[in-house]
Amino acid sequence: MKRVYVNEEWCLGCHLCEYNCAYANSGLKDMVVALKDKKIFPRIRVEGEDRITFAVSCRHCTDPICVKSCIAGAISKRDGVVRIDRNKCVGCLTCVLVCPYGALAPGEDGIMQKCELCLDNACGAPACVTGCPNRAIVYEERSETQ
Amino acid sequence: MGVEFIYPEFEVVRNYDRCIACRVCERQCANEVHFYSEERGVMISDEAKCVDCQRCVSLCPTRALKIVKSDSTLRENANWQNDTIKEIYKQANSGGVLLSSMGNPKPLPVYWDKILINASQVTNPPIDPLREPMETQVFLGKKPSRIERGKDGKIKCELPPQIALSLPVMFSAMSYGSISYNAHASLARAATELGILYNTGEGGLHEDFYKYGKNTVVQVASGRFGVHEDYLNAGAAIEIKMGQGAKPGIGGHLPGAKIVGDVSRTRMIPERSDAISPAPHHDIYSIEDLRQLVFSLKEATQYKKPVIVKVAAVHNIAAIASGIARSGADVIAIDGFRGGTGAAPTRIRDNVGIPVELALAAVDKRLRDEGIRGNVSLVVGGSIRSAADVIKAVALGADACYVATAALLALGCHLCRTCQSGKCNWGIATQRPDLVKRLNPDIGSARLVNLMTAWRHEIMEIMGGMGINSIEALRGNRLMLRGVGLNEKELEILGISHAGE
Amino acid sequence: MKRYVMIGGGVAAVGCIEGIRSLDREGEITVISEEDHPVYSRPLISYLLEGKTDTERMKYRPDGFYKENGCRVFYGRRAVSVDAVSHSVALDDGAKTAYDKLCVAAGSRPFVPPFEGLDTVKYKFSFMTLDDALALDAALFESARVLIVGAGLIGLKCAEGIRDRVGSITVCDLADRVLSSILDADCAAVVQKHLEQNGIAFMLGDTVQRFEGSRACMKSGVAVDFDLLVLAVGVWANSELVKNAGGEVNRGILVDKKMMTTLDGVYAAGDCAEGYDAALGARRVLAILPNAYMQGNTAGVNMAGGEQEFGNAVPMNSIGFFGLHIMTAGVYDGEMFEDAETGSIRRLFVKDGRLAGFILIGGTDRAGIYTSLIREKTPLDTVDFDLTKKVASNLIFSQEIRRKKFGGVV
Repeated sequence: MKRVYVNEEWCLGCHLCEYNCAYANSGLKDMVVALKDKKIFPRIRVEGEDRITFAVSCRHCTDPICVKSCIAGAISKRDGVVRIDRNKCVGCLTCVLVCPYGALAPGEDGIMQKCELCLDNACGAPACVTGCPNRAIVYEERSETQ
Repeated sequence: MGVEFIYPEFEVVRNYDRCIACRVCERQCANEVHFYSEERGVMISDEAKCVDCQRCVSLCPTRALKIVKSDSTLRENANWQNDTIKEIYKQANSGGVLLSSMGNPKPLPVYWDKILINASQVTNPPIDPLREPMETQVFLGKKPSRIERGKDGKIKCELPPQIALSLPVMFSAMSYGSISYNAHASLARAATELGILYNTGEGGLHEDFYKYGKNTVVQVASGRFGVHEDYLNAGAAIEIKMGQGAKPGIGGHLPGAKIVGDVSRTRMIPERSDAISPAPHHDIYSIEDLRQLVFSLKEATQYKKPVIVKVAAVHNIAAIASGIARSGADVIAIDGFRGGTGAAPTRIRDNVGIPVELALAAVDKRLRDEGIRGNVSLVVGGSIRSAADVIKAVALGADACYVATAALLALGCHLCRTCQSGKCNWGIATQRPDLVKRLNPDIGSARLVNLMTAWRHEIMEIMGGMGINSIEALRGNRLMLRGVGLNEKELEILGISHAGE
Repeated sequence: MKRYVMIGGGVAAVGCIEGIRSLDREGEITVISEEDHPVYSRPLISYLLEGKTDTERMKYRPDGFYKENGCRVFYGRRAVSVDAVSHSVALDDGAKTAYDKLCVAAGSRPFVPPFEGLDTVKYKFSFMTLDDALALDAALFESARVLIVGAGLIGLKCAEGIRDRVGSITVCDLADRVLSSILDADCAAVVQKHLEQNGIAFMLGDTVQRFEGSRACMKSGVAVDFDLLVLAVGVWANSELVKNAGGEVNRGILVDKKMMTTLDGVYAAGDCAEGYDAALGARRVLAILPNAYMQGNTAGVNMAGGEQEFGNAVPMNSIGFFGLHIMTAGVYDGEMFEDAETGSIRRLFVKDGRLAGFILIGGTDRAGIYTSLIREKTPLDTVDFDLTKKVASNLIFSQEIRRKKFGGVV
């Protein structure tokens, strides 16, 4: 299945992916209204400064440990996509404790949120990918061996 | 200096209603124009550092930015214009030669824009390139002047080495060092995909790019940087650079700051040493000397590679070309005075050389008159901006065109003309790793391929309109051109009639 | 067609069912659930009292879970014995259920010390099950004085859950610090201070000597008057079924890495099982929810004929009180590296060149990177350890490792 892959060789550390993510998941039609004067809580986050930067979002693992560890049963994997039911989550952060990629962080309300590939918002395709100026983030099918 | 005489050229206009303070502009500006004010919680800028490269404008996700020309102005004066005065201030400040980048921006005549193309009506039907075959392939190299037969009476088919191009365009010389690794990678990959050639410039050939050799012109210039036997044999052709349109009569200077890492290794000179290409080739003072170099290079490559001699378009270009055509060279490349550069003295760039249109017409005519046109192919460069310019150049007698500025624009260049600073925000004219990585060759090469594919479509469209289905049939076909707004002398040199004639 | 039986209807059983169904869609699954509820998330009971969730949202799996997985569920039934020879389970109503593979996921029960006079206390509660929570919920009133015995995870989460609904809360513990099972003294002090700032009173290093109705007489001589008593001293693993059937038990039912007990065809998972702890390098009961699921899942896969080992279980806890998050994992063994910034503590424990454990208070971002270092036993000389000491980040890895992590299917 298609997943989001990042290639730090081309990451510019511009952080646009974070803003595009926050906007895409805001449900608002205007980026300015969605993000102006607000602290953003993106589901993809850029690590590093200067020479080495890369964006990290959910890897949608084949065998996701977050799903197994969620104390509320709020995380599940359907059709290859690891999703979170924010209605059930109580913000205990156990998923943060177990995710080996550091790919999850709570939202503004303290409840967990995660990359769900923009499948349920208005984007239809991951906003981080479409907005990346240097194709450092791609959405594609890759094989296990790659 | 206590007083700054020059008011910043540009203003950064930020629409605070739109700015979300994402700081992308700050992170992307190598000139450090933008910064975030913690106290005020807003983005602010120091426009004095802005070079108007438009990187921030392009990346701003809310389109909150624009860069405008400052309207702070000196009193109008047709003789002492603003730029002239500012240059005086700069020199009074620094004591130095003014440096500039990219091509001559002065309002000198662009003859391409005064030449119009013919189309077929009624008696000679146009051809629809979507329905009919249309040939855009050209071959560069020496052509036999007559048919020769062997003792058995059969035609001798061996031609001197030729360069095959899928369309009459090549990417012209830009050295690794003046432009980045990723820019070179983009050019090399695009040339390979397109079936055309790119040119190493005088910077040697990075070891990673030997695999694109079939689509590479390797250059030998006065500094001989990066030249060795494998290098000469790596390419599809060898170019001897005698001159450059942007700076005829002078050499090159790549500052030591850019001679780092792979650039130093590829050029075969120590790190941090200035790469100074002398004005002349110190072994060439005559056509005979040039002939020696041409044949030295042919000898080194078993006579398998065509040799191109590149010269700047200067006053006696026709006579010079005549000499080159007799030197054994296979191709003459003529670079007009509007050609680009990574850095040139401003006065030279803006005042030396002649328009390539006139040079081309003069050279083609001279070589025909002397019966040696078939000795060489002609390639022209120096601001070929579109498919129409290519068509006009071919009709004036060119076999192919060199494009560089258009290719750089495709890669993201916004012609801010500050290549010499080494802080190219688009990852092109820089060696800073954090900036170089901004040009992903996957994107860059695809954009170059797009550009050339578009040009090829346009070339076929225009050819079809003229009722011509092969680019070879257009070459030197000046009847297809008419001048507009040109005087008798200009028309005479161009060898075309005036519109309406 | 295989017959699978689960004793217990909790998270370990769900893991087991999902493990079985990943390989065997046909076999017959029977679940014996002592609790009269479909599977729910036990750690959420404090959030229930706090009003952050409700019984509907506490459901660990959607309503159709058992049906979709073809499970027969006996609610409110208790298994009274296991016959490992004839492969059958006897229920408290006299019925017998035969199995080919049995998973004992019987969980644990609160440990109630034999306090003198405990029977004189009118309003006393455990805090483990949904029913416990509902009972406590019904008894809460605005001016209630609550005494919680036990300053462990359960007692303190209970305190957080009810703070806004009662008059006062006092927590006592025999240990001299809070969360003594997961925090060292310094860290415990920080957490205790934070809890005190949020209105919880402590009596540590002290225990109840006897109860006199609504008064607890402490060993120190102090008397504490209370309206409601919550006993959260600890839990016992429910291991008797296996023990009585002849299986080996220690503090819990002993299992190997495949979750097999010493009895043929009998597996155990969850709070009742004592499996391999990779951080300790020995077996111990890891009564945490993720472990229950993963043990159950491993048991299920193996019961269905697959091959799976769960060899990298480590103790780990993510727990928050009044906005302060605490994460711990592994064992606090070896050399300690501390990076304390204002308002947060970061302690890493390194043994034999590998991360053995950590304690994070406050800054818990990307802590899973640390946890994975423990679970994978990553040699620390292959990462940037100076950076690791300061922050959990993917920058600690080499470019090559990152290329694999973020450029491939994982």
